[in-house]
Amino acid sequence: MPDLLIELFSEEIPARMQVRAAEDLKKRITDGLVEAGLTYSGAAGFSTPRRLALTVQGLTAVSPTLREERKGPRVDAPDKAIDGFLRGAGVAREDLEVRDEKKGQVYFAVVTKPGRNADEIVAEVLEATIRNFPWPKSMRWGSGSLKWVRPLHSILCILTDEAGEARVVDLDVDGITAGNTTEGHRFMGDGRFAVSSFEDYQARLKRAYVVLDTTERAETIWQDATNVAFANGLEVVEDRGLLAEVAGLVEWPVVLMGEIGEDFLGLPPEVLQTSMKEHQKFFSVKNPKTGRIERFITVANREAADQGATILAGNQKVLAARLADAKFFWENDIRVAETGGQAWLDSLANVTFHNKLGTQAERIERIAALAREIAPVVGADADLAEQAARWAKADLSSEMVNEFPELQGLMGRYYAGPAGYPEEAANAAQEHYSPLGPSDDIPTAPVSVAVALADKLDTLTGFWAIDEKPTGSKDPFALRRAALGIIRLVLENEVYISLINTLKTSYVGTIHSIAENSAVFIKAQIGEGETGYNQYSLAGLGDEFDDRLVTESLFTEFKSRNEPDGHHEGSWVGEDETLLVCLVSQVELGEHLLSFFHDRLKVYLRDQGIRHYVIDACIAMEGNDDLALLVKRATALSDFLKTDDGENLLQGFRRANNILTQAEEKDGVEYSYGADPKFAETDEERALFAALDTGEPAITAALKVEDFAAAMAGMAALRAPIDGFFEAVQVNTDNDIVRRNRLNLLSRIRQLCSAVADLTRIEG
Amino acid sequence: MSEKSPKPRCFQEIILRLQAYWASKGCAVMQPYDMEVGAGTFHPATTLRSLGSRHWAAAYVQPSRRPTDGRYGENPNRLQHYYQYQVLIKPSPPDLQALYLGSLAAIGIDMDLHDIRFVEDDWESPTLGAWGLGWEVWCDGMEVSQFTYFQQVGGHDCTPVSGELTYGLERLAMYVLAVDHVMDMPYNDPDAPIALSYGDVFRQTEEEYSRHNFDVANTEVLLRHFEEAEAECEALLSLPAQDPKTGKRIIMAHPAYDQCIKASHIFNLLDARGVISVTERQAYIGRVRALAKQCADAFVQTEAGGHAA
Repeated sequence: MPDLLIELFSEEIPARMQVRAAEDLKKRITDGLVEAGLTYSGAAGFSTPRRLALTVQGLTAVSPTLREERKGPRVDAPDKAIDGFLRGAGVAREDLEVRDEKKGQVYFAVVTKPGRNADEIVAEVLEATIRNFPWPKSMRWGSGSLKWVRPLHSILCILTDEAGEARVVDLDVDGITAGNTTEGHRFMGDGRFAVSSFEDYQARLKRAYVVLDTTERAETIWQDATNVAFANGLEVVEDRGLLAEVAGLVEWPVVLMGEIGEDFLGLPPEVLQTSMKEHQKFFSVKNPKTGRIERFITVANREAADQGATILAGNQKVLAARLADAKFFWENDIRVAETGGQAWLDSLANVTFHNKLGTQAERIERIAALAREIAPVVGADADLAEQAARWAKADLSSEMVNEFPELQGLMGRYYAGPAGYPEEAANAAQEHYSPLGPSDDIPTAPVSVAVALADKLDTLTGFWAIDEKPTGSKDPFALRRAALGIIRLVLENEVYISLINTLKTSYVGTIHSIAENSAVFIKAQIGEGETGYNQYSLAGLGDEFDDRLVTESLFTEFKSRNEPDGHHEGSWVGEDETLLVCLVSQVELGEHLLSFFHDRLKVYLRDQGIRHYVIDACIAMEGNDDLALLVKRATALSDFLKTDDGENLLQGFRRANNILTQAEEKDGVEYSYGADPKFAETDEERALFAALDTGEPAITAALKVEDFAAAMAGMAALRAPIDGFFEAVQVNTDNDIVRRNRLNLLSRIRQLCSAVADLTRIEG
Repeated sequence: MSEKSPKPRCFQEIILRLQAYWASKGCAVMQPYDMEVGAGTFHPATTLRSLGSRHWAAAYVQPSRRPTDGRYGENPNRLQHYYQYQVLIKPSPPDLQALYLGSLAAIGIDMDLHDIRFVEDDWESPTLGAWGLGWEVWCDGMEVSQFTYFQQVGGHDCTPVSGELTYGLERLAMYVLAVDHVMDMPYNDPDAPIALSYGDVFRQTEEEYSRHNFDVANTEVLLRHFEEAEAECEALLSLPAQDPKTGKRIIMAHPAYDQCIKASHIFNLLDARGVISVTERQAYIGRVRALAKQCADAFVQTEAGGHAA
């Protein structure tokens, strides 16, 4: 059972691709080997900046011999058929066997595929893997046509037998011949060397200053970094993404700690951290007592004669230049902020958000109006919410955000105070983007919630209105994330709000923006024509234009407002009535978006253990556009159905409903009213009457105040009498009065249950 | 790689050493292109010569202009006019990385003391319709060069592939010479009878061009020049290949490309003057790219572009 070792040695592989590439190498090679009939006991892939490596242990030396039988035509079949069979099976006529079958004598071809040596299979699989490797981006170099992530220099491919004897696999890929040698560290290593096994390879690499295992490099970096920080009474700010990246930039990590110039310590810690990370791949080191970031850790790729003094000095100098830029941005921004920040807001009028939805400034107008509308529902002051919404995106114009887009929102928080905005606006600026990921916290401050909801609702209605809905795996505007954000915002803050009404409000603003931007578009088109708009037909507007947005009536309206000679005066915005006719109807949009929310909600609640049919049962009820209410109902129902009472009550409801449905079909009437206890014949019937008489008002009252848990408890109390009724009572008796009375009694159960949720939708 | 060179003492010494080094490695040492360009890549010795099958090796200094980067000579490392050192070898040799590292050693960077890194940086020039894969090279955390394997130029696949090295000379020299402000950097030998600093040579021009580029350059004239360059480029390329006077096949790829360079620089100036809106920007870039592409199409029809004579 030999072991296989492969190394693909190249110029520097981008750090972000290395780990995935090592996994791909392992998967493609081992899959290929197994497909060719070999087995193995274990495999592991590795990566460094300059190499991908793979070890496969316990590989079978030879693939098994395969014997394949193929049934052919009958012996007396025409020659043509027999020849065809021979060609297909690749055998000669004299090699065929004749066997007796039920239908007579039949030819059989027995084809034996001899086993192949592992060497041969490895060579084949490795070559195919190299030629078809799934790099995110690959390139050619020199005069060759081979593609790799960067120029590929050498291939090491050996099989080591039990005695430790290694042999090179015979392989040549576009002039690169496989061998048994590799190189160590680019600067600290000492030329090429041969290896005889994986253990030997890993050990010799280490002697040549290369740590093969990414995890080991990352651990070394983290250990050394935390140690050197600790020795100075400081701590390293954890950043797993950065650690993984840095581990992919070095073969021989050496941790060095440096100083951040005194001048820069006054910058916000996030700015320091972002600048150091993005530009220099430095870790931040903070003082645990003050929380301030005071130093940095850089990871060099080598040991140096002066213990890294030159390297550290160089890095410090580069950092100083970077931070000087950051400080320059910060100071300029603060100056703008101190004048109220109006310059930023003004310049957002020149920033396009989307060509059909207008500028960022228009978008802010819409969000501000919507935030104002939402404010009372979330317990926020309307003026404050509007003011916060206007400020929330001002920082998009700041120099700092221009340099570091990931600081958007956060800078808005820092600049709010100097610009004279209240604390609530500062919070909203930072928090209104949340949540971005499933683990992000949800803002709870009412003003932040109002702005966050308005921001996301505007995004949804906007892109919905211009028909940029997510399809399949494509969701370029992150609309699913926006919907999920709204769901979490209303649920976690228990915001009871009618989405339909809010969406309608949002839509009115959206329509205005679309119309305004569409009009601009038409104007531009007409301006270019020599003879004016008369030449223009709607069809001529072309693909860039969604013809749903400009129908004939809008176009006529547009024309009528222009001079007869085709000269267009000023900008033009249609009136609401016209536009509502022209565009997707408000109602249609609201319904579509609501069902989009419901779908997202099902996904979200599924993760919380609530089944989709429970939600369907609640969506069927009134008020389903209030997601918090919907979930409150669904949660209570889901909990109830998990209890013994709930399960039995559901059975009782189904039984009642089935009997009623059948009877109603047969009799052609609806049983819904008039059950009278005086026609009750048994104690069980009377007990059910009594239970319903007490249960109904309690449940109705509970539902009225949306106390679904209490309603479910009321339902639970009905379970025993309903069970008792079905056990003792035969509904369909010969006495028609008694029968109808019982059916009407059952209808009381149906009505009561249906007030809670549409239980017919419950599955299982 | 262990041969160590003494530290250079001034800016021009670094340039001279790079020239000598790349000459010793077999490159044709060329002179700067005599037009205003934004980067060394625009020199036809790179843009056009990276196309077609003929082998090529050239190195040169290219004065480069980025009007928006002007800071009136006050910023320690931002200039509207600066020098790039450019190397282009086609096909890229297998030891190009080692050759490059040798050039760093030649200008006095001690490989035993510094941390040199190749960090992913894919290059793309929307105006040239070109892209390649490679790295930015870091020395102790500072970007000192761009290293690119050209994959496409002017919309054409590069076969063979050229290896391109670009050194930002001022930044690199400031690092090697340990100078904090570019204007303080010695330009010639500091012990020369007339010792000149970078500031002595360029401070005044930085001031003059900053004022010109940001506030004065006549935008109407520039807009017209842009249109004219565009029209001229297309006109040159639309002529039949056969020259009526000599009867020879003469495709004017280079004169046309000059017009493309001109349009590109005018666009940069207009951008610095702030008269190009965000949406127009893309359109202008697209127009320059269209010219670059037509020039590339023409060049591959020429002998230097690999067309059989």
